[in-house]
Amino acid sequence: MAFVQSLKCRECHKTYPIEALHVCEFCFGPLEVAYDYEGIASSISKAKIASGPPTIWRYADLLPLDGTDYVSLGVGFTPLVKARSLGAELGLPNLWLKNDTVNPTGSFKDRVVSVALSKAKELGLKVAACASTGNLANSVAAHAAWAGMESYVFIPANLERAKIITTSIFGGNVIAIDGNYDDVNRLCAELASEEPTWAFANVNVRAYYSEGSKTLAYEVAEQLGWKAPDHVVVPVGSGSQLTKIHKGFNELYQVGLLDEEPHVRISGAQAAGCAPVATAFASGQDYVRPVKPNTIAKSLAIGNPADGFYALDVVRKTGGGFGSVTDEEIIEGMSLLARTEGIFAETAGGVTIATLASLAKEGIIRPDETVVAYITGNGLKTVEALESSQGPTFVIKPTLEAFAEVYESIRSN
Amino acid sequence: MSATVRVPSQLRSLTGGLAELQIDGSTVGEVLKKIDSQYPGLGERIFDENGSLRRFVNVFLADEDVRFMDGLDTSVKENQVLSIVPAVAGGAF
Repeated sequence: MAFVQSLKCRECHKTYPIEALHVCEFCFGPLEVAYDYEGIASSISKAKIASGPPTIWRYADLLPLDGTDYVSLGVGFTPLVKARSLGAELGLPNLWLKNDTVNPTGSFKDRVVSVALSKAKELGLKVAACASTGNLANSVAAHAAWAGMESYVFIPANLERAKIITTSIFGGNVIAIDGNYDDVNRLCAELASEEPTWAFANVNVRAYYSEGSKTLAYEVAEQLGWKAPDHVVVPVGSGSQLTKIHKGFNELYQVGLLDEEPHVRISGAQAAGCAPVATAFASGQDYVRPVKPNTIAKSLAIGNPADGFYALDVVRKTGGGFGSVTDEEIIEGMSLLARTEGIFAETAGGVTIATLASLAKEGIIRPDETVVAYITGNGLKTVEALESSQGPTFVIKPTLEAFAEVYESIRSN
Repeated sequence: MSATVRVPSQLRSLTGGLAELQIDGSTVGEVLKKIDSQYPGLGERIFDENGSLRRFVNVFLADEDVRFMDGLDTSVKENQVLSIVPAVAGGAF
């Protein structure tokens, strides 16, 4: 344990102590956790991981905690399933789905929150807070309840009803803001300056929090028999998850858990109604121009993505592609995934599947590649998006004759 | 014109701990340059070598990102609030 050395600015490399800091005071660049990788390499092994718990904490050596007092509802080690039917439909015989819909609060955010609140406790912070598009709100409220921490969750007021209910049930404070996510985020960034003793998961403890997403790479490699895939498709909101998955695969090689240096192509998925990173990618620009989001994929509706620049860089340098898909394509993606693989994903999953389909069609994702698509949230959170397109096949009277009639019509189609 | 400028915690070591400043100026750029003359060293934290806002600095005038308006040329009305906010916050997807 305890291979954490310092926080380090990604831009100017100035180092800072392990505290609740996320921004370099000199250049405003993001701070990242720096590790003693040689120490990790001498401690970690496949056998040690295999004997660990079936959660993200089996990779504790690569996570930024000093102790083992984890705030965890049993997060991670979710199924990696071979997608035979969907693969056949898309012409991808080696397609796998990382099914993070089955995490305790139904999304991958449980990974980052488990790390963030564990670290918050270690740093002596008593209040859990976040700016959220819903999934993070669910997870912070639930983990704070489990840990006995007070919580303040800030969300845009127009969020899906299900996400509000599934947050407030945990008993913390839910503050709905009259504005979009970027407004919520700006408020929280300012509040973090005023409330330095709070742990804002994705603001002042962001450097630790975001490290939780690396476990999405660790698990996939372990589940493939300690091999990296050739190509992954990742949904992009702030861009943090995508950059951390890239970092995760590289770290596994660095600490000796992968025999060959991984060359994972990383493709990003955005909704056309909020596609600042996909737009920059398509136009060959380095600068991610902020947009005003308008999409049913609310969990990805971040118009001014904090890690957009880095996500763009990762997709370019790994030879990936970028999808930008319409709301209709998102719903079709959700439905395609459900009817071929029995997985009900939220709208962000529809963005991922629609992007997967379009990049496969364009030949950017190739049939000879081992492909992993990250399905990061549960469909029960966003049923509102499907209300007009889903419902009973038939409504009939409770008689055998009535059923015989519709059965005949179903069979003849 | 005079704007209320909100200073993030990362820059308060340069403003003597002050979280809010009253600064004169008719555009966002003028206000920010004026801060630099009153609190030396602050300018190099928020501007790059070309005089543009650094990549990881967001500036909001009356809660609107100035990049959605006229950037540093955006005009400032009397008593508007100008917030300097680190860009790195929010999201995880």
